[in-house]
Amino acid sequence: MGAGHGHRLFFHGHSAVHRAPAHLKVLVLVGFMLTVVATPRDWYPAFAGYLLAVVAVVLLARVPLLYVVRRMVIEVPFVVFAVLVPFIATGPRTDVLGLTVSEPGLLAAWGLLAKGTIGVMASLTLAATTEPTDVLVGLRRLRLPDLIVQIMGFMIRYLDVVTADLGRMMVSMRSRGMNPRSPRSWPTLARTLGALFIRSYERGERVHLAMLSRGYTGQLP
Amino acid sequence: MSTPVLDVRGLAYAYPDGHQALFGVDVHVYRGERVALLGPNGAGKTTLVLHLNGILTAGAGSVAVSGLPVEKAHLAEIRRRVGIVFQDPDDQLFMGTVRQDVAFGPANLGLKGAALEERVMTALDMVGMADFAGRPPHHLSFGQRRRVAVATVLAMEPEILVLDEPSSNLDPASRRELADILRSLDVTVLMVTHDLPYALELCPRAVVLSDGHVVADGTTYDVLTDAALMRAHRLELPFGFDPRAIDSLPG
Repeated sequence: MGAGHGHRLFFHGHSAVHRAPAHLKVLVLVGFMLTVVATPRDWYPAFAGYLLAVVAVVLLARVPLLYVVRRMVIEVPFVVFAVLVPFIATGPRTDVLGLTVSEPGLLAAWGLLAKGTIGVMASLTLAATTEPTDVLVGLRRLRLPDLIVQIMGFMIRYLDVVTADLGRMMVSMRSRGMNPRSPRSWPTLARTLGALFIRSYERGERVHLAMLSRGYTGQLP
Repeated sequence: MSTPVLDVRGLAYAYPDGHQALFGVDVHVYRGERVALLGPNGAGKTTLVLHLNGILTAGAGSVAVSGLPVEKAHLAEIRRRVGIVFQDPDDQLFMGTVRQDVAFGPANLGLKGAALEERVMTALDMVGMADFAGRPPHHLSFGQRRRVAVATVLAMEPEILVLDEPSSNLDPASRRELADILRSLDVTVLMVTHDLPYALELCPRAVVLSDGHVVADGTTYDVLTDAALMRAHRLELPFGFDPRAIDSLPG
């Protein structure tokens, strides 16, 4: 499997981090995240240490740092929220760069940002060094309920199919003169998402029929 | 005559919304036959197919597979005997790799270890996809996925293979490759299709379903050359295709 064939979050490689058993990596990630979340937000040096640890693992895995950073755009909605907090929160005010903001709000925003960023980066590192199917095998080895592992497996399998479905719908709408960037087309986009949901739901039913036809009784082999 | 592999008698079915899809359908398919099930859109072909392995339950009439009635009590055995290949391979291939997907059916039958692996590789060999066992299904071409979908069902060693629109969306080469594969299999086939030349090429016998009734059952050649019948049931041969102009059929 070349890198182009793997999942889009996966970075093909043969480092020690890539080779480590998936269930171990999941355990380490969960333990690390619990520690990060439990750390009081004014222990500033601790967060620097966490960040260094994640970066060290990324470098050890020989994944380009930029590769991980570029995929961190997923965090943007949280960043926006974190930036708003100091302006909205109450309590004693303080001046930062000529703006009057709430002091506890500032601290809360810092905590959200620091913990969120480290969490997203650590998760992306797991995704970049472990194939999705291996993550599933790892979760099953950790005795996660089979039903949940099955649902996650289907999600991975059908994510591409549903995305391709949406892509085709967008192409057909664009071919009929819609501009997805214009707010005027937002109602249409909303209806498209509704249609996509129905389509995916119906596909789910067809997949279930196909599974029943091959003797499915609730257990994946 | 011996017990038919597929014995559908007086089958009637209405959907929960009241729409009546089948009105007393009789179809018999005997061992080793390849039968085409023809009919316009909305004729009830898919509804009939879903009765064959007990996904839908007959409103009236009965379905039996090699003498075993399709009833709740032995659904597992019925689903082993009747292998359905659905129209969209993406609905049928839902596991991480081709091997896992083909193993899904036989593993549900209780096969394990070396016996399971052997069953999987035999099925993949039959459709010429053994080299792709480790690949994820969504990285294959459409024609390859259709062939793997056939293998997923063959791995259960069915008594009858039911194919829903097997030639749809295939390019001519994949279409011909699939025909070669189907001809090479030693299994009874019921093929639902709109592709009349394909039906003529593969199936000596054809059954025409229209508005929930069986309106014709004979040799495919006779059905396709009966202009009045064809017109009455919205069946049309592709432009320029004349069954009379073909002097011998392959296989």
